[in-house]
Amino acid sequence: MAASMNQTLAAGAPASRNIVGSLAGIATIIVIGIIGYYLFPNNLALLTRIIAIALLVLSIDLVTGYCGVATLGHAALFGAGAYAAGIASAHYGASDPLLMTLIGALAGAVAGLISGLIILRAHGLPQLVLSIAVIHLFHEAANKASSWTGGSDGLSGIAPTALLGLFEFDLWGRTAYIYGLALLLIVFVLLQLLVRSPFGMLARGVREDPLRISAMGASVQSVLLRMYVISGVVAGIGGALTAISTQVVGLDSLSFTLSAESLVMLVLGGTGSLYGALVGTVAFMWFEDVVSAANPFHWLTMVGALLIAVVLFAPRGLYGTAAALVQRVKGGRA
Amino acid sequence: MSPLFEVQNLNKSFGGLAVTNNVSLSLAAGDRLALIGPNGAGKTTFVNLVTGNLLPSSGTVRLAGQEVTRRNAMERVRLGLVRSFQVTRLFYEMTPEEHVALAVLQREGKSGRMVGRYQAMPQVMDEVRDILHLLGLLELSHLKVREIAYGQQRLLEIALALALRPKVLLLDEPAAGVPQSETARIEQALDKLPPELAVLMIEHDMDLVFRFAKRVIVLAAGTVIFDGSPQDVTQDARVREAYLGSYANVGSAA
Ligand SMILES: Nc1ncnc2c1ncn2[C@@H]1O[C@H](COP(=O)(O)OP(=O)(O)OP(=O)(O)O)[C@@H](O)[C@H]1O
Ligand SMILES: [Mg+2]
Repeated sequence: MAASMNQTLAAGAPASRNIVGSLAGIATIIVIGIIGYYLFPNNLALLTRIIAIALLVLSIDLVTGYCGVATLGHAALFGAGAYAAGIASAHYGASDPLLMTLIGALAGAVAGLISGLIILRAHGLPQLVLSIAVIHLFHEAANKASSWTGGSDGLSGIAPTALLGLFEFDLWGRTAYIYGLALLLIVFVLLQLLVRSPFGMLARGVREDPLRISAMGASVQSVLLRMYVISGVVAGIGGALTAISTQVVGLDSLSFTLSAESLVMLVLGGTGSLYGALVGTVAFMWFEDVVSAANPFHWLTMVGALLIAVVLFAPRGLYGTAAALVQRVKGGRA
Repeated sequence: MSPLFEVQNLNKSFGGLAVTNNVSLSLAAGDRLALIGPNGAGKTTFVNLVTGNLLPSSGTVRLAGQEVTRRNAMERVRLGLVRSFQVTRLFYEMTPEEHVALAVLQREGKSGRMVGRYQAMPQVMDEVRDILHLLGLLELSHLKVREIAYGQQRLLEIALALALRPKVLLLDEPAAGVPQSETARIEQALDKLPPELAVLMIEHDMDLVFRFAKRVIVLAAGTVIFDGSPQDVTQDARVREAYLGSYANVGSAA
């Protein structure tokens, strides 16, 4: 009797805690989003950019943090979404922002499938090299196809129509910001479901021990490839958001630099947790903005110093370390 | 009728060294077979070959009448051939409950579900609790695996295998690394294996072998040198020689 009571308690407690936890997380994103809106009314473009990059960093977290795949080429998925949404509007007049977002998500999924098929053929260092090759190939392809992409001049002529036919994309970027925030929230909630689902558990198993996963009869490759496609959808939405909000798409959205920087943001925040990805993006981009304004000559030095400090003193990243501390304090009290 | 599990003339060499030498054996439902032999005899390699973790140079592996020699490891698992590992391979950041749930979900073809949680699937949870209970791990079901003792991790290895509902189970030294005081638990777990399951167990502890096995195969330098009853194995001259010749102290070390 007592034993079965314990079981129900033990099984019930984590579930309800999870729900409270995710609601609190969603509330936090909304509150921070609103504070951002009122605190930096003249800087909404930067905030929207942060949201788009946060989607990219979340997307990297899915394959790197949850599945253990090393990649320095993930901007391929983001850039594919950005260009696809941009081209749809600039060349085909498909300028409804929801449609553009959908097209971006699809293109991201296809790019995810292609990069996954290439990158997942190797492991470890060769895998990293393949991912770098992938981003260079995507970059070159976009550069060469200049009649579609505008090449190094960038793709212009993107003119998203009013959101839901009601809200014009205004000069201050209010509509874009609120749209971005809504997209981020939706993606975040869906990803929370995903990482707690059986598939999410399978992915964590793949990260820890692929051989054990195949000894259970599951296909490691198939798990990774499915995750790559999902990751592509998320990054593609981020790319589409950039196309919609800035109304230009440049080759930088398909660059090695963006790939590397967003991986750095993930490590800064902490891999393997969705919050880590968000914290890392906000911290990095905010720090970059502040420091580059204060000292345009040495800002990169300072960003470098911050990174070294985090890697040395908080190897699990900002969020990961904070979460571990909270856990320890809680454990100590219990 | 063909046997449930049949290996014929299996060969494998690593860089000229023949590690598996024309090995044949078969198992029927309910068999309890011990595979023994000195360190480096090729026992683990044999398991790797038949489960598809390694590719043999020649020979065939049949499972339930089907030839699976060229099938990959996960297909063989799905056909009912399941192994455990000599050195525990678990997910250290996950709980025993998650491990067993993942195995049950995988077996039922539900491990790819992207929404919902196993905790909300009553059938899965019931089975997970039953298996954890069977192996005495229920109390630990919410700890991370890295927080539990090695002996308990060994039991979880068996739990994982059972959750896949195998027809043929290959246990690679289930008691290896477990303190003497805790081997009783492992033995209890072995006693409770489903009777119709065909089990091949690799083990150095001869007491355990005698209590568990109805039949013993001895492998030395990749070759089967004995196949018979546990009573006869200690009397066999070649077996004695193999143990004495390669590892004189194996009796006391085991
Ligand atoms: N991948 C490999 N490459 C080269 N040699 C290998 C490989 N795997 C095993 N061997 C060699 O094959 C021989 C048999 O190894 P195996 O692990 O199968 O022995 P075992 O009977 O399981 O021994 P133990 O009782 O110590 O577990 C050993 O000499 C080992 O060094
Ligand atoms: Mg071995």
